[in-house]
Amino acid sequence: MTEQASHVESKKLYVSIWIILLFFTALTTGVAFIDLGSLNTVVALAIAICKAGIVVLFFMHARHSEKLVRVVIGVAIFWLLILIVISTTDFATRNLLPTPPWLQNQTIVVHHLTPGP
Amino acid sequence: MGIASSATLQPPAEDIRVHYLNAKYGIKSWLLTTDHKRIAWLYFLSTTFFFIVGGLAATVMRLNLITPQGAIVEPETYNKMFTIHGTVMIFFFLAPAVPTVLGNFLIPMMIGARDVAFPKLNLLSWYIFITAGAFLLYSVIAGGVDTGWTFYTPLSTSYLNTHVISAAMAVFISGFSSILTGLNFIVTIHKMRAPGLTWFRLPLFIWSMYAASIIFVLAMPVIAITMVLLILERLFHVGIFDPALGGDPILFQHLFWFFGHPEVYILILPSMGVISELVAAFSRRRVFGYGFVAFSSFGIAIVSFVVWGHHMFLSGESLYAGIFFSAMSMAVAIPSAVKVFNWTATLYKGSVSFEAPMLYALGFIGLFTIGGLTGVFLATLALDQTLHDTYFVVAHFHYVMVGGAIMGYMGGLHYWWPKMTGKMYPDYWARLAALIIFLGFNLTFGPQFILGFLGMPRRYAMYPPNFQFLNIMSSAGASILAVGYLMPIIYFIWSLKYGKDAGPNPWKAKGLEWETASPPPTHNFEVTPIVTEEAYAYGSHAEPVKATAS
Amino acid sequence: MSEAHEATLVAEQFDDQGQQYQAASLGMWIFLSTEVLFFGGLIASYTIYRYLYLPGFEIGSRHLSVFWGATNTAVLICSSLTMALAVRAAQLRKRKQIIGLLFVTLIFGLVFLFIKFGMEWRHEYMDGLAPALNFTYSGLHARHVELFMIFYFILTGLHALHMIIGVGVLTGLIILASRDAFKTNCNAVEIAGLYWHFVDIVWIFLFPLLYLIGGRYHL
Repeated sequence: MTEQASHVESKKLYVSIWIILLFFTALTTGVAFIDLGSLNTVVALAIAICKAGIVVLFFMHARHSEKLVRVVIGVAIFWLLILIVISTTDFATRNLLPTPPWLQNQTIVVHHLTPGP
Repeated sequence: MGIASSATLQPPAEDIRVHYLNAKYGIKSWLLTTDHKRIAWLYFLSTTFFFIVGGLAATVMRLNLITPQGAIVEPETYNKMFTIHGTVMIFFFLAPAVPTVLGNFLIPMMIGARDVAFPKLNLLSWYIFITAGAFLLYSVIAGGVDTGWTFYTPLSTSYLNTHVISAAMAVFISGFSSILTGLNFIVTIHKMRAPGLTWFRLPLFIWSMYAASIIFVLAMPVIAITMVLLILERLFHVGIFDPALGGDPILFQHLFWFFGHPEVYILILPSMGVISELVAAFSRRRVFGYGFVAFSSFGIAIVSFVVWGHHMFLSGESLYAGIFFSAMSMAVAIPSAVKVFNWTATLYKGSVSFEAPMLYALGFIGLFTIGGLTGVFLATLALDQTLHDTYFVVAHFHYVMVGGAIMGYMGGLHYWWPKMTGKMYPDYWARLAALIIFLGFNLTFGPQFILGFLGMPRRYAMYPPNFQFLNIMSSAGASILAVGYLMPIIYFIWSLKYGKDAGPNPWKAKGLEWETASPPPTHNFEVTPIVTEEAYAYGSHAEPVKATAS
Repeated sequence: MSEAHEATLVAEQFDDQGQQYQAASLGMWIFLSTEVLFFGGLIASYTIYRYLYLPGFEIGSRHLSVFWGATNTAVLICSSLTMALAVRAAQLRKRKQIIGLLFVTLIFGLVFLFIKFGMEWRHEYMDGLAPALNFTYSGLHARHVELFMIFYFILTGLHALHMIIGVGVLTGLIILASRDAFKTNCNAVEIAGLYWHFVDIVWIFLFPLLYLIGGRYHL
């Protein structure tokens, strides 16, 4: 006999989460107008991850879901990271080594994609 | 018997038993069914159709390669043939075959359930598959597509005038069919096991199907988005993968192979699950190292996602990426090897008998080993320099896909046919067909390893004259292989009318599916079974299987 | 009588409501993980190109309207609130609240789509930033700006398609709710809620990735 259906959250909790999400939205928009150099990206993504996490935990009831659901969430995120990180690493490591002599003077066209600053 | 009017004819007592095949009649009861067993038959018929389409394309290819200049078709047509062969065989035959035919039929039965978790979604999966097939057939009939099943850009986006978009749509749509099937299986296996059926009492076929379903769910969406991007680029001439606009063709390859490599493990894992069942049943023993074999399915599924760059060693990816992918590709061989060793250990001192399913299983073990080991050759960076895009690669993947996956499927069909139909096929002809397939297969693809080493490139309609002898050998082998594949079609159909009644358990095997009638009732079990013993509980001195049904 | 009533609630392949609920929930979460990988392919491509062509992508990004992007983010967050409240109402079997909250969620969804298509896309097209249809930008890094805009349209377009599907689902749920279909079994509302929140999460990432990455302090 499996357990009954899901946990009922309070209205107050939902409204509080809503306010927090709106606050984070205002925060991320505002911070974008301040020059933090490469930290802008980090801060923006960090805030987005917080917001997403809050939606998953509270609005989507992941807090009260069975462990299997949390494994599914973790696996999806991890697999997405595999795709992004390993592909980007290929592009990022393309020009680390100088072209070996046997590869020079080829008639094939090699596209040198130079990474950004 | 006297003549009676139809109103008073009484059928003999045995035929009154109602099962899933005769519970309802009429085309609607099949096309609108939600019974997983009937859906399995729908898939069986459609995948067999596509196997024939793919096989015809292969026939044209092997006939053409009898002479160095190309015997029967122009190069443009040849290119269409290998594209259709690859696309159809991978997406419309191999990917569905074991999962949707055997998986659909058996998963609920093996876990003691009445059906899958989402029966209507299961039917929807089939209709999505048929829609995809319609797009594919349109592509073929309207003039063909010649990008290769890999759709590499910018050839596919900017340089070809063939029906790329409809073919890409076919692949895109078929991905959704697979995603829904995989989703269905995962939820079914988690939530619908019979009482007492803990994870480590599950048949190994379920473990393999579960691992394959995980790959379905994680890999298929990426090919879907890749096809979307391909279609958009072709339709709007925007430069996502086009170097002229700052796009990168290697990005396409990353996206494609992130899906493409796990895809080939989708193709092999279910067949490996079948082999575990066959080896256990026909050596009358518990599979040696059950835990290792179960976890190796997960090992394969997980590691398969970090090896994709081995298809791109020569495409321009960074050397560091190449080293990483090469190492990981060696690593992924390990769980596969674990399975082969455990199957072999199961056979050792088992009561082995050589019915048709077992012949396929033994063939699998040998041929998959060859195919798998040659994969390690290709994973070696230095060797791949020479072997990439040669017939060595073609031989490698046919050894694992045909010598492996298809033999697993054939073995499974022969093993569970009595359960699905209630009829036995003639074992003599089945064993003969298995041998013909084995011999034909090796004659077709063995020479291709040599051709690859000698430097014959793949996807070429012509070749240097000194390769002709090996090509003729390969084509001769293909004709033998074709005979071997035709034979089961004949005797399976024959068995439906004239085969002996199989009874619930003709192989005297262990497993919940054998504890219900053949064919099973619509809801599989009269009473939900309660499981109290381990999988493959044959005991220490089991008799070998007697092939003929009683 | 109650047994027969119970019997129709639980589909025949399930043993009880709990199993049915868990299966539905797990099924939706697995579907959402396929969506993560589906959008993920686009995000990976976008990430790589941004890494390679940062200057062009920053220029492209600054042509988007932060005002409308932020507004739309707020609209979706409000819709998530009302959706969560609608699910809660369904759990508590309050029919009128379910319909009302689902309806408000639907309105928020339509507002989002109106802003996206009517305010943003239309202006971007008129400003000559629509690749293949009307692209006239010829300043610095034009090719990379065009690449950025391609990704902008595909990402937001795919997201909008998911919103449209969500709006359709909500409409269906409202109709079902008005027929009191959720009197005893509200699984459909809950799993539709999961889908809706997921579409919100995608936008939570798209907003900074498209509108804010690289900063808005250069002018």
